Amino acid sequence: MKRLFPVALLVAIGMFAYAPFLILDAPYESTMGLVQKIFYFHVATAITMFGSAFVAGIAGAIFLFGNRPAADRVAVGAAELTVLFGLIVLISGPLWARKAWGVWWQWDARLTSTLVMWLVFQAYLVLRRFGGPGSEKLSAAVAVFGAALVPFVYWSVNLWRTVHPTTNVVPSLDPSMRGPFLWSVAAFLLLYVLLLGARTALENRRARLDSLYLALED
Amino acid sequence: MDFTSLTFTDVSRHFGRRRALARVSFSAEAGQVVALLGANGSGKSTLLSIAATLLDASSGTVRYGGVTAREGGHMLRGRIGVLGHDLYIYPELSAAENLRFFADLYTLDAVPDRVNAALARAALQDRADDPVSSFSRGMRQRLAVERALLHEPRLVLLDEPFTGLDDVSANALRDRLRQLREQGAIVIVTTHELEAIEPIVDAAYVLTGGRLDPLADGAGSLRDRYRRAHA
Amino acid sequence: MSTAVLVVRKDLLVETRSREVVYTSLLFAISCMLVFAFGLVKEGRVVADAAAAILWITIAFAGTLALGRIFDRERQNETMRALLLAPAPRAAIYVGKLAGVVLLLLLVEAVVVPLVALMFDAPLFRHAAMMLGLLLAGSLGYAAVGTLFAAMLARSRSRATLLPVLLYPMTVPVIIGGVRGTAALLQPEADLAMARAWLVLLLCFDALFVTLSLWIFEPVMTE
Repeated sequence: MKRLFPVALLVAIGMFAYAPFLILDAPYESTMGLVQKIFYFHVATAITMFGSAFVAGIAGAIFLFGNRPAADRVAVGAAELTVLFGLIVLISGPLWARKAWGVWWQWDARLTSTLVMWLVFQAYLVLRRFGGPGSEKLSAAVAVFGAALVPFVYWSVNLWRTVHPTTNVVPSLDPSMRGPFLWSVAAFLLLYVLLLGARTALENRRARLDSLYLALED
Repeated sequence: MDFTSLTFTDVSRHFGRRRALARVSFSAEAGQVVALLGANGSGKSTLLSIAATLLDASSGTVRYGGVTAREGGHMLRGRIGVLGHDLYIYPELSAAENLRFFADLYTLDAVPDRVNAALARAALQDRADDPVSSFSRGMRQRLAVERALLHEPRLVLLDEPFTGLDDVSANALRDRLRQLREQGAIVIVTTHELEAIEPIVDAAYVLTGGRLDPLADGAGSLRDRYRRAHA
Repeated sequence: MSTAVLVVRKDLLVETRSREVVYTSLLFAISCMLVFAFGLVKEGRVVADAAAAILWITIAFAGTLALGRIFDRERQNETMRALLLAPAPRAAIYVGKLAGVVLLLLLVEAVVVPLVALMFDAPLFRHAAMMLGLLLAGSLGYAAVGTLFAAMLARSRSRATLLPVLLYPMTVPVIIGGVRGTAALLQPEADLAMARAWLVLLLCFDALFVTLSLWIFEPVMTE
């Protein structure tokens, strides 16, 4: 793992460095213009964000039912990254929306569910930060509920109203756009795995330091 | 689900970096009254909470006879009686209603008889139907003790049971603890009132900063020995 | 199961003695309606769909207030710990508290629904059965999530602020389902098919989140 990390980091840097060229080469979409290029960031980070929410939820469940503190350390990282990637999604989305729909924000299924998920994982972090001792278990429950919530929020907002381009955008994508798009998704997912690994390693070290402190007292 | 001993082996509990209990080991047998002494914040309540199954140990094991709390589940909980510092009684309900609720919760038989007997032992028959919020601290304390003992638990955990009791009530509580000992209960008591507990103690431990040590034998009263341990 | 019944009975008995939660929640609900009226009544007329929104947001707000108080009460003398010590699966304690919260919400609704119908000229009783279904399903879902988190937060320092922060995003599907389902019933031509679709969503939400809470309550309540 340790030896793999710098290699993977270099690959990620390389992928991100090369991505602009690929995106530049991709066909110019006439109605959206240059703004269409946001798509490569926006969708890739959105996929990463929802994936991260599920990672946090599953890690939280393992922590709660398996009583495994290591899972909790993964869950913290995943929750923080959900918030981070969510922020990118919530900033890049309106830029797209302004051009596509003429407004900064639309109360459609995907925007709203992203916002809800983002709030849930913010709540996770707030609870951990201000909840006092024992808040690990409480926040793990928040992560589990948050992950279970995704389909419901999506379903309910979808039933409410939808103007967002639907999922079939991706398969029907111009073949020459698909390459750069998949490249972006892969780059962001790799970045996610790296960040999660680094964050978990940090948390592991913190736990180790805590146990050393305690051992010192003995 | 029954047991005749409680064994702590290397039990630690920490909250972040704050150590509440450090590698505590001790055991208590049926028919023993064990006193836990120590200053405020030394870990007495944490130890009682772990023994009560309300708190998980960070490391180490707690065994009730042969089983752990997880293995024993709720049947094990039914054999434990706890008097907390915060008494665990509903101020809006009357003394009798409190006792009846907990008797039903423990699915006891002959509930009215048990409730009446408990009220008699707490010397609260006259006030049985008054809301607990109108009681003095001593009355509440007596009621809370009887509430904790209502289901004749094997393991009795009492956090400062002598607080707020006058001499008569303290005497009655001592008699009650003697009786529990004869019935084969494991009684663990934390207290600052060493004189009150002295006549009935079988073993005494001192907690200092989360560490548990047996109170050294020696001449003099419990308080003398406790002072020496702290000197 | 009898444990759950005992806990509900005890909660109701305590509440009939003090009446604090019912009284404050109702008063708060009415104050909420008043505040909404300033924003949502234009030139003496209610903005479209506002009645449905006012109804559900009022229920949600009053529910948060009640949840906080109900669990503060169990914390006062640490009676929550006594309940957790009972020789019954801890999920039974959750069911008991949940039933108490649902009953309380229904009581608040029994006052708020007619008031909204009168004050905002909303024909809430036109399809009474469907409306009742939405209220029951919505209250159960809201209470299921609320009871779990209020119980968890009871031992946390900043519970008064954390409960709404956690609860509102978590119950978004309940609010959308309740508001839109009610709005569908309130249209000049009631859209029963739409209301039924929302009811189905609410029931699915209830099923999943009650199950999840029952499952998660035990590990979460052992510190």
